[in-house]
Amino acid sequence: MATFQFDFVGPERTLYSGQVEAVQLPGSEGEMTVLPGHAPVITSLKVGVITVTEHSGAGKRIYVQGGFADIGPKAVTVLAERAAPIEEISPATIDQEIEAAEMARDATQDPAKREELNSQIVQLREARFTLNL
Amino acid sequence: MPSLKDLRNRITSVKATQKITKAMQMVAAAKLRRAQNAAENGRPYAEKMANVLGNLAGNLIGGVDAPRLLSGTGQDRVHLLVVCTGDRGLCGAFNSSIVRLAREHVRKLEAEGKTVKIMTVGKKGLDILRRQYRDRIIESMDIRGTKPVDYAFASEIADKIVARFNAGEFDVATLFYSEFRSVISQIPTAQRLIPAELPATDGSTTTGAGADAAMEFEPSEEAILETLLPKNLTVQVYRALLENAASEQGARMSAMDSATRNAGEMIKKQTLVYNRTRQAMITKELIEIISGAEAL
Repeated sequence: MATFQFDFVGPERTLYSGQVEAVQLPGSEGEMTVLPGHAPVITSLKVGVITVTEHSGAGKRIYVQGGFADIGPKAVTVLAERAAPIEEISPATIDQEIEAAEMARDATQDPAKREELNSQIVQLREARFTLNL
Repeated sequence: MPSLKDLRNRITSVKATQKITKAMQMVAAAKLRRAQNAAENGRPYAEKMANVLGNLAGNLIGGVDAPRLLSGTGQDRVHLLVVCTGDRGLCGAFNSSIVRLAREHVRKLEAEGKTVKIMTVGKKGLDILRRQYRDRIIESMDIRGTKPVDYAFASEIADKIVARFNAGEFDVATLFYSEFRSVISQIPTAQRLIPAELPATDGSTTTGAGADAAMEFEPSEEAILETLLPKNLTVQVYRALLENAASEQGARMSAMDSATRNAGEMIKKQTLVYNRTRQAMITKELIEIISGAEAL
């Protein structure tokens, strides 16, 4: 099957780079799976898990917390601010994140900020759910 | 004429100093390698970010509703200078050359009748600038010890800059740091942060989409740009910090190298004087003994 170049870069290092068959991304407007020859799209990502299929039956899962995906017909680049291989993430670490976000929400008075943190907490809960599967 | 004991003491103390400078040079060399690695690891992210941003902004620039971080406030009255230096000295002209460049800018801008505000990152820059421009410094941050620069720290700085910009405290922001060319050459550099200086792109992306290909955006072009611009600012600050870290170690390495060499020269000279004095004393004592014996 056809493949395309997939790069996954964080600010401090490149986390993944290679030829893959498909990538499943947690786009801000919904989950999407990218196959070779995709139309050019730039999308923002929410908290979630990226599933990389290198070839049928073999792949990798990466936990990502916000960022961007630059999708083109020949390559996909994901710019993530915070990310880690799925093995390094446990539900407990996400629970900590949720707790920190909730504390920040309760501490702030600004309604716009509260709204933003609320949606972040919802996203984290969703991510925790996918992780448990 | 110093006594033999004085000379001996002086030589021992120079030798001790030489050992320290030598050790510092070796530590700096090891840290330099690490800093260079970090700079290289951070490069792909910065490049890709510039690429995406170039594509996005190309369509928007000049537009009426372009975000202010991109197009600026349309004014040029209040300037913010972000001066990044090291936290520690003993690294040649590294800190002072960055500060000198910043000072030239301050003088030039004030001669043009503009208001200048200064934000310092790193203890040394604050120490030097405080003497002259105390009332203009609005914020100062330490790099906090010797731990390598991380992205979180860069984003902390960038957040502060963006918050002040949104509060309307300044119109133009410029970042000062030292660009790392090689161990013996670090170039103090000024880079404009706001309004964003866009990298020239040839229009094609790494993803294989042509410039004229219709890009789709989710959720929308504006929304993406809105979140991308502060991130781009963070990346630029992060890059400056990395360059600075490498420059600092490079400057320290060459400064300590010449200090070690100077100490070596000093030891050689002092040893010569010491041996001459010792010989003169022995000769003098011999003459005293012989002439004493002859007198009998």
